[in-house]
Amino acid sequence: MADRINITIDGEKVNVDGGLTVLQAARRSGFHIPTLCDDDRLKPYGGCRLCLVSIEGIPRPVTACTTPVTDGMVVETSNDHIERLRRTIVELLLSDHPNDCMTCDRAGDCTLQELAYFYGLRDNRFWGERRRYEDDDLNPFIKRDMEKCVLCGKCVRVCREVQGVGAIEISYRGFGAKVCPPYERDLNCEFCGQCVSLCPTGALSGKQWSGKGREKDVKKIKTVCPYCGCGCNLTLHVSRNEVIRVSSEPDTINEGWLCPKGRFGYEFIKSPDLLKSPLIRKNGKLEEVTWDEALKFVSEKLGSIKEKYGPDAIGGLSSARCTNEENYLFQKFIRAGIGTNNVDHCARL
Amino acid sequence: MPKAVDIRICMGTGGIAAGASAVLERFEEELSSTGVGASVRENCSRHNVGCRGFCARDVLVDVILDGERTTYQYIKPDMVQRIVEEHIVSGNPVEDWVVTDDYHNFHEKQVKVVLSDCGEVDPEDINSYKSRGGYKAVESVIGSKTPEDVIEMIKSSGLRGRGGAGFPTGLKWEFARKPESDQKYIICNADEGDPGAFMDRSIIEGNPHSVIEGMTIGAYCIGADKGYVYIRAEYPLAVKRLRIALEQAKEAGYLGENILGSGFSFNIKVKLGAGAFVCGEETALIASIEGQRGMPRAKPPFPAQQGLWGKPTVINNVETFSNVPYIVTKGPDWFSSFGTEKSKGTKVFALTGKIRNTGLIEVPMGMSLKEIIYDIGGGMERGEFKAVQTGGPSGGCIPKDMIDINVDFESLAKVGSIVGSGGMVVLDDTDCMVNIAKFFLEFTQRESCGKCTPCRVGTKRLLEILDRVTEGKGKSGDIELLLTLGQDIKDSSLCGLGQTAPNPILSTIKYFRDEYEAHINEKRCPAAVCKAMLTYTILEDACKGCTLCAKACPSDAISGEKKKPHVIDQGLCVKCGACFDTCKFKAVHKE
Amino acid sequence: MQEALDRVIEKYRLEEGSVISLLQDIQEEFGYIPEDSVSYVSDRTGIPQSSFYGVATFYAQFYLKPRGKNIITACCGTACHVKGAERVISRIRRELELTDGEDTTQDGLFTVEDVACVGACSIAPVVIVNKEVHGKVSATQLLKEINNLKKETDA
Repeated sequence: MADRINITIDGEKVNVDGGLTVLQAARRSGFHIPTLCDDDRLKPYGGCRLCLVSIEGIPRPVTACTTPVTDGMVVETSNDHIERLRRTIVELLLSDHPNDCMTCDRAGDCTLQELAYFYGLRDNRFWGERRRYEDDDLNPFIKRDMEKCVLCGKCVRVCREVQGVGAIEISYRGFGAKVCPPYERDLNCEFCGQCVSLCPTGALSGKQWSGKGREKDVKKIKTVCPYCGCGCNLTLHVSRNEVIRVSSEPDTINEGWLCPKGRFGYEFIKSPDLLKSPLIRKNGKLEEVTWDEALKFVSEKLGSIKEKYGPDAIGGLSSARCTNEENYLFQKFIRAGIGTNNVDHCARL
Repeated sequence: MPKAVDIRICMGTGGIAAGASAVLERFEEELSSTGVGASVRENCSRHNVGCRGFCARDVLVDVILDGERTTYQYIKPDMVQRIVEEHIVSGNPVEDWVVTDDYHNFHEKQVKVVLSDCGEVDPEDINSYKSRGGYKAVESVIGSKTPEDVIEMIKSSGLRGRGGAGFPTGLKWEFARKPESDQKYIICNADEGDPGAFMDRSIIEGNPHSVIEGMTIGAYCIGADKGYVYIRAEYPLAVKRLRIALEQAKEAGYLGENILGSGFSFNIKVKLGAGAFVCGEETALIASIEGQRGMPRAKPPFPAQQGLWGKPTVINNVETFSNVPYIVTKGPDWFSSFGTEKSKGTKVFALTGKIRNTGLIEVPMGMSLKEIIYDIGGGMERGEFKAVQTGGPSGGCIPKDMIDINVDFESLAKVGSIVGSGGMVVLDDTDCMVNIAKFFLEFTQRESCGKCTPCRVGTKRLLEILDRVTEGKGKSGDIELLLTLGQDIKDSSLCGLGQTAPNPILSTIKYFRDEYEAHINEKRCPAAVCKAMLTYTILEDACKGCTLCAKACPSDAISGEKKKPHVIDQGLCVKCGACFDTCKFKAVHKE
Repeated sequence: MQEALDRVIEKYRLEEGSVISLLQDIQEEFGYIPEDSVSYVSDRTGIPQSSFYGVATFYAQFYLKPRGKNIITACCGTACHVKGAERVISRIRRELELTDGEDTTQDGLFTVEDVACVGACSIAPVVIVNKEVHGKVSATQLLKEINNLKKETDA
């Protein structure tokens, strides 16, 4: 940890960690600076240019996200010149954007839309060619609408820096620059969806989210992922009593990262095949029974097997989806109750 | 019979394109198979020399008989026999082909430092460079002077980077010397990408050892043991000569392990660029050497602190390095005796365009534009002088009434242009300034890496506005929009490419606003360049009915009987200008 | 193909950041960058395919499709521009019946492309035909050259 230093932001003296960037320092001190390409969990990029700030002694505006703080630095996060530049940048982005917010899944949760609102950009001084991408990506999970891409590069960076995969890269250059899989084939990766979680616009989203409800319709419920022992924190987006989307917050144990199961594998919740009560096979057919009946059946069977073949004829396999306490109880039951050490756990693999 | 014959043939890219290889071959044939005696042949050395600047006169051939030099211009292979017979054998120079006064004028006002050995040494022979004092600088520095002393020397010479930004070289080296690091790098930027510039190519083609020597001294100063030359693959001859020179320097002990027994080791690798102008920007160049897309990154940290593979790195351009050995051998005071107070030394320019003497020139900083154009350049080729574009796509246009301006870093910056890497394109009254601005913007827009928004989308929108203006679809307010958007792109872009891309527009609006207004308000291109606003007509009186234009016309818009005046159907005309180019009687008129 | 690619991979095995060099050598070998070669080299080196594709599409020098037998490269530098390069280029494109966005003829005989300044501005306009630099060119001169090349291939 670097030494703490004093800097001035918008006339206010603040004491910050010396290893931060100007953007980090400003955020942690409660100042808002707009950005599209920054994420605290990724390396600074400096691409969108929205976080331009004025720093005393530096003749031209610099990006807050790439500039390290130095002791005594005097930062101005907003002034006429900077606002003019930010406004131009947003206008330029909108001039190459479908601007179809009324049908976009991300409306209400889109950084670009917020910026357009903030700068009151009903009209645009700029117009001209717009990128058109006809091809549809046939992968099962991730919807890629590259006309909405603002080239912030977050998806590319998270795929490399966090996931270590490199399934996508910015290809071509200049106005024709485009995020795509190699040779513009369909996306063929692990589908962790980290890219989707970082996209500031509607360029990346979940295919199964489409048309299910937008930010304003959603009730957010925090929970823990039921799939494995990692215990990732999830935020369920619920609309009309249905989970329509799963996300995760950056300030969680899993830093907001999820795996494909956690992010996209929630549809079992409303599956008609979901078991709601125990089943016992009677006359070759599975039949619903009460918990009492089921537990009684299990305990009788375990007892008779132990009696006939000894305790080592029984083994216990526990699940990573149980809590630590549950797993503790389970091994206790197998060891002390049944009397065997044949006990294991799927998360050990 | 002469005792010593030395024939020097200009074999730069320009010379070779003009047929220098065939000329060289002919000399070899003539000297061996015709009536030339064996004694001459034995004494005769034939050097390939690099570019000496005056490419417009290629093929240039020097014949030096017993130390007396005669220079021939425009030499074709079939002229060689006569030179050999009359001049070399009989001692009578072929006066008809000897260079004229303007050849001497072209060279007279130039002051050659970097180019002093170009065109004199054989670039493929290290001994040729050594015989003119080459590698003396390395010998005098390594092991005898401390790096700090040498840095001080470069600092006091006032040498500033010749790649465009003009940053003091000594200071840059000092920054990179300071940090402690197990590894440092020195990089020579030979990714000369400005359209209209060929200084670096010519230096490497003409005297690659001077660059190697400069790099070695730089490496010694900052403590680097690895160097790279990042060079455009579009320069095959330069690459070849550089590789030969590196090999020779290594053999001679000026590169490699334990140079001159000093314990200092330094090696240079050649990295070929793959065709991206933005890689001239130093952080993009680093990304490219690292094998990535050449996208720049924000500074700080500067390469001197964290450069290639995160290690302290110095990047200088070819001309900058090439100056170094001369500064070391002749002294910083000698170097700083040229130039102005803040811009020391000389600068190499690529003088091209509508000027009589096009070519590579080297002049002291601060020489007036007028002297360059009229004394060295020999004035205009045909038309009337209108403007000079300097600094390539990052630069601007300097109009006629500013022709007395001194050419140095400060003066050009003051009028909205830059020295840049040294492109200097002279424009005449047949050049449309809106079209010139559009040309440069087309270039930068195509070369934008796409990383930052203002450059990626902004230059595209700028270009589209210009497109509309040149197509006669401009509307009032467009000039103001170009100015504000241009300024915003300059202020908010990530790297030098975007920060300077609007310069050609801003400077042409500043000095040639009337041309923009004519395009927008009157839908007229004053210089008759912008296609959409042109009308081609055939002058009845001048037309001889030769039918050439009708044959050349791609859209069958021209009709008429043989030997009778032809007419252009304006409805069919696509304004390609083929008729204008083919007509031998100047009967096609455009306006 | 594999053998050639293995050679290329071996050459840069110990070098960091070799994507550009690998692609340059692949192109040297095949005249362009075949898709298969990228998957193969990616598998062997562990460098993601997307890196190769990103780099190959970034730099103007890489070709993802086979090019024509004869390459006509027109310089589009400033000097060439003011000396009328554009008209020369459009004339030869028309002669070769190349439509917008196309740069190789149907029969694969010719590729016409432009290149950022080749730095031979003194002899503008400059066109390079199969690596040979032609200075101060005219459309007529080039058309003749093209016809000669056509004849050569017929013969």
